[in-house]
Amino acid sequence: MSALENFRETWRRDRVWDFMVSTSGMRLDISHGTILYLEGVSVSFDGFKAIDDLNLYIDAGELRCIIGPNGAGKTTMMDIITGKTRPDSGTAWFGQSIDLLRLSEPQIAELGIGRKFQKPTVFEQHSVFENLELAMAGDKRVWPTLRASLNGEQKDRIQEILETIGLQEHVQQRAGSLSHGQKQWLEIGMLLMQDPHLLLVDEPVAGMTHQEMDRTAELLTSLAGRHSVVVEHDMDFVRSIANKVTVLHQGSVLAEGSMDEVQNDPRVVEVYLG
Amino acid sequence: MNPLSVLKNDRGGQIFLGLLLLVAVSVPILNLVVPEGHPLHLSTYTVTLTGKYLTYALLALAVDLVWGYLGILSLGHGAFFALGGYAMGMYLMRQIGDRGVYGNPELPDFMVFLNWQELPWFWHGFDQFWFAALMVMLVPGLLAFVFGWLAFRSRVTGVYLSIITQALTYALMLAFFRNEMGFGGNNGLTDFKDILGFDLQSDATRIGLFLASAIALALAYLACRYIVNSRLGRVAVAVRDAESRTRFIGYRVERVKLALFTFSAVLAGIAGALYVPQVGIINPGEFSPLNSIELVIWVAVGGRATLYGAVAGALMVNYGKTYFTAALPDMWLFALGGLFVLVTLFLPRGVTGLLRRKEATA
Repeated sequence: MSALENFRETWRRDRVWDFMVSTSGMRLDISHGTILYLEGVSVSFDGFKAIDDLNLYIDAGELRCIIGPNGAGKTTMMDIITGKTRPDSGTAWFGQSIDLLRLSEPQIAELGIGRKFQKPTVFEQHSVFENLELAMAGDKRVWPTLRASLNGEQKDRIQEILETIGLQEHVQQRAGSLSHGQKQWLEIGMLLMQDPHLLLVDEPVAGMTHQEMDRTAELLTSLAGRHSVVVEHDMDFVRSIANKVTVLHQGSVLAEGSMDEVQNDPRVVEVYLG
Repeated sequence: MNPLSVLKNDRGGQIFLGLLLLVAVSVPILNLVVPEGHPLHLSTYTVTLTGKYLTYALLALAVDLVWGYLGILSLGHGAFFALGGYAMGMYLMRQIGDRGVYGNPELPDFMVFLNWQELPWFWHGFDQFWFAALMVMLVPGLLAFVFGWLAFRSRVTGVYLSIITQALTYALMLAFFRNEMGFGGNNGLTDFKDILGFDLQSDATRIGLFLASAIALALAYLACRYIVNSRLGRVAVAVRDAESRTRFIGYRVERVKLALFTFSAVLAGIAGALYVPQVGIINPGEFSPLNSIELVIWVAVGGRATLYGAVAGALMVNYGKTYFTAALPDMWLFALGGLFVLVTLFLPRGVTGLLRRKEATA
């Protein structure tokens, strides 16, 4: 392309620079029943193809489990959805109308995609209540945050989430002193405070006891319907949730279907056992 | 809203402000009312010294806000202090008028000495107090804003940020040492005569400056406490403890940092502006990187993230400094270094942390 064409392309009349995109007018449109579209997404790091022509669709209100061996691209996929990593090619749409690839991390969070990391990261010096308060959806600019105070409705909302995650008795406890499982639930609670449409959950039960695992499975299942949830984990835990499963391998989708279908798929067996 | 309501759960702050009020009332009385020669009489020297300490305490407060609560270890806050001081110094220079050594009504002495013919453009306006007062806040604030905008946007954090702030104050020091800068070179600005028409040498003016420092410190404390108690304060601590997590739940971390860093720089500038008329001189030495490091030590000694700890630390270390540099001049640097080592090893939460722990066990 000549320099002139480059220039024209850069300064097209309908060009809207990414940093000028405002999220204020954006509404999530799920009229077609699908909340997330990833199409033809590829990304490579130093020549290594972490994601290779990945196509994935998540329905609204669905609880989807993503499994795959190490290095299959599960984490990179979540990085792309949340705006942490930009793909080399492909598209990522949130509902019908929101192009995720043009938005920054905070903007994506604001529009309703919440992510829970593998390692629980809660604000250790803050109480459980304060953790939830900070995570609450609302105006997060500097000045409104300085002037913010909780109204009754917001307090009720925090109370409601506390009950959902089962930490009512620990409201005033410092988050740093919670057990590992409790921290995970608190973090899920913090995600819920943002009224997310889509929840991305990274290895939620790593390091949990069996009781805690059961409790977490229950919690995640109860969230589906109101929210769309994508859980990334190993076979064992995913079986206990028993839902639609997507298997990733070498950066693209290997198989998709119910747990039984996937388990009996010869390609999956080969990847996992071979 | 009652501004004192921010102290509701802040016992340290209540004690500190109570003591400050006590000092602010008793010092003028002991100086002006109690006759000289009486054992309770306070010399004007002591009044000014206390006033100077209070401006240091204000500076420490500014550092605690960004270091203790936001986790930004600024090793360049002395620069904002010095800039505020220079803005005030320029006003005081203009007040000298034709009473300088050279008797030139248009130019400060050092410009006559350098054979300058007219006032540089950036000195215009400084004969007005309101203008100088505005610059005291605007110049440090603007520098912090631009610096912070560049640094925080590029996500420069931790020790790298500390080093850059250190470089900032060092660069400013070198610049202000140059005569061509138009700020008096290595001699700085001095030989001040009066402020707002009041003689700087008179006891009443000294008391006035002391009171102004006390009031500024109290107001700044309330403002900082208000910020720290607000949700913004909790966001700041969240940034300190888990920055990327805070970003993920939707806060624009850069803007939180920028806002608090700029506010803190403005406080430091005000502290500098109150400091200069009391000590009577401002020179590039105030930009020295050592000063900025020393004031971080004040905060560490007093106890981070408490606000009143910063004030206590500034007062204790500076009292110690005044005492040691007079009694054992060679020992001071050893004492300071030793103090820092001791605090780091045995009192990670500072002296006020020690008191709080006692309270908790009692």
